[in-house]
Amino acid sequence: MKVLVAVKRVVDYNVKVRVKADNSGVDLANVKMSMNPFCEIAVEEAVRLKEKGVATEIVVVSVGPTTAQEQLRTALALGADRAILVEAADELNSLAVAKALKAVVDKEQPQLVILGKQAIDSDNNQTGQMLAALTGFAQGTFASKVEVAGDKLNVTREIDGGLQTVALNLPAIVTTDLRLNEPRYASLPNIMKAKKKPLETIAPDALGVSLTSTNKTLKVEAPAARSAGIKVKSVAELVEKLKNEAKVI
Amino acid sequence: MTILVVAEYENGAVAPATLNTVAAAAKIGGDIHVLVAGQNVGGVAESAAKIAGVAKVLVADNAAYAHALPENVAPLIVELAKGYSHVLAPATSNGKNILPRVAALLDVDQISEIISVESADTFKRPIYAGNAIATVQSSAAVKVITVRTTGFDAVAAEGGSAAVEAVAAAHNTGISAFVGEELAKSDRPELTAAKIVVSGGRGMGNGDNFKHLYSLADKLGAAVGASRAAVDAGFVPNDMQVGQTGKIVAPQLYIAVGISGAIQHLAGMKDSKVIVAINKDEEAPIFQVADYGLVADLFEAVPELEKLV
Repeated sequence: MKVLVAVKRVVDYNVKVRVKADNSGVDLANVKMSMNPFCEIAVEEAVRLKEKGVATEIVVVSVGPTTAQEQLRTALALGADRAILVEAADELNSLAVAKALKAVVDKEQPQLVILGKQAIDSDNNQTGQMLAALTGFAQGTFASKVEVAGDKLNVTREIDGGLQTVALNLPAIVTTDLRLNEPRYASLPNIMKAKKKPLETIAPDALGVSLTSTNKTLKVEAPAARSAGIKVKSVAELVEKLKNEAKVI
Repeated sequence: MTILVVAEYENGAVAPATLNTVAAAAKIGGDIHVLVAGQNVGGVAESAAKIAGVAKVLVADNAAYAHALPENVAPLIVELAKGYSHVLAPATSNGKNILPRVAALLDVDQISEIISVESADTFKRPIYAGNAIATVQSSAAVKVITVRTTGFDAVAAEGGSAAVEAVAAAHNTGISAFVGEELAKSDRPELTAAKIVVSGGRGMGNGDNFKHLYSLADKLGAAVGASRAAVDAGFVPNDMQVGQTGKIVAPQLYIAVGISGAIQHLAGMKDSKVIVAINKDEEAPIFQVADYGLVADLFEAVPELEKLV
C-alpha cells in the first residue's frame, strides 16, 4: 500500500520560547527548528511498515514555508521515497492544512495517512481528525500500536483510562502518540542519498484550496510567571509549612 | 445564543470533566444543552439533567454511539450543531478525538483547550507547551471548542432539573469498529480531579519503588502521576503521565518526586496551587517553579514524609 506521511517544521522541543514584546506572537528569529517530534514518529512508523513489506511507497508531505524542505529531506533520509511541499507563506490553521492535505490525498490516493497527534507549537491536536472528516476516512488517533489485518487496520489508542483498540476500514487516517515507536537517526550516507530523492513543490492555488480561517489570534502573551519558592531543610519543616503556611494538608 | 455541551461519562453517570465544561459554557452565557450520546445511557442522561444551569439534555441512545467512535458521533453532533452558537466538549481523549472531526464537517476552525472565556467569541488558550498564552477570536457561525477542564471550576452536579429529550438520529458509517479496551484499575482518586497529586519520575529507579509513592498517596488521599521518563522506562502505565502529551492537572498540592522538571512536564502541572519538589539534584529545573523544595534522597524523604503527615 501507499502511505502518505505529513510532517511539520516547528521550534525544536528543547527551546524555551520567548513571547515578542509587541505580543504579536512568539519570537522565532534565530531559533532552532526541527521536525515536530510526533511527525518523526509518524515517519518511523511508515518506514517500519515498508520494512515489513506492508507499505510499498512512502510519500512525505509538508504544508509550510520553503524552509520546510529541510524537514522533508530529513524524512527522505529516514526512508521516505519522495516528498511534496505545499508552499504556504503564512502560518496556517489546522483546517487549512487539512484541506491542503485532502487535495494531496485526492491526487496521491494513499491507503494510509499517518500524522502526528499534535504539533508542539500550536498544540492544536486537530489536523488528523479534520483530514479524516474531509476525506470521509476512519480515524485512529493517539495510536500506540498499528497493525494491518487483511483489509482492516487495527489501531491501539491511548485513551484517558488506558488503551482502546479499534478496527478501521482502509483507507484510514492514523495519528501517532509518543509511545508508538522510537524514531531512528538518519545516517550520513542516507542523508546524502536523500538529496537525490524527488521533492515536488506545489502552490496551494494549484490545489484549489482556500486557506482562510475562522480563527484569528488577537495577541500572544507570556503566562503568569511562577516564582521559585523556598528550600526547606528537612521533611519535618516541609510538613510544618504545608500544614501551617500553605494549609494544603 | 444556545450552547451544546458534549457530555463525557463513566460508570453510568456524567464525568467531572462535563461539570467543568458546563462551567465554561456558563461563562459564555446563554442556554446550555447537554448531549449524551452512547448506548444504554439513560442513567447518564438523568445525572446530566441534575447539573446546575443545564436547560435541556439531549439523549442519543443507539448502539452506533457506543464507545464514542468519532466516525458515528461526529455526524450526529454536526446534525444537531446547526441550531447552536457554540459546541463545547472537555479536552479529554474523547473530546479531542471527536470535536475536530465535527469542526471540519462544519467547515470551521476549532479552538482547542481554552483556559478562559473573554467574550462569546474570544478565548484564551495555551500554546508552545504552555509557554505562551494566545487570545483567539472566532468568526465561525458555530464555534467549536474544547475546554481544558482545569481552567474552570466545576458547576454543581446537583440542583438542576433539565428536560430530557430523545434524539432519534442514528448515524452509522460502518467504517470503524470497537475491538476492545484495557483500562488501568485504581482505587485512588482520578488524576485530573484529585486535590493532591504525588508524581514520580526517573529518579524512582524502577516500578517497584513506586510503592513508596502509592502508600504516601493513600495516606494523603492523593492520586499518583508520573513523568514521561517514568512511563517510557516502564515503571507505570501511560495513563498516569502528566504533561504536554499526557494529562493536565491543577491540584491544590502537587508533590514532584525525582522529577527534573522538563518543559513538557511543567506544561501539565504548573497551574497547581502549591508545588513541592523532592530531588537530590539541587540544580533541577523543578526547583524554579516549586513553592517548597527539599534537596534530599527521595528514598529517605518519602517514607519520612509518609510518617509525618
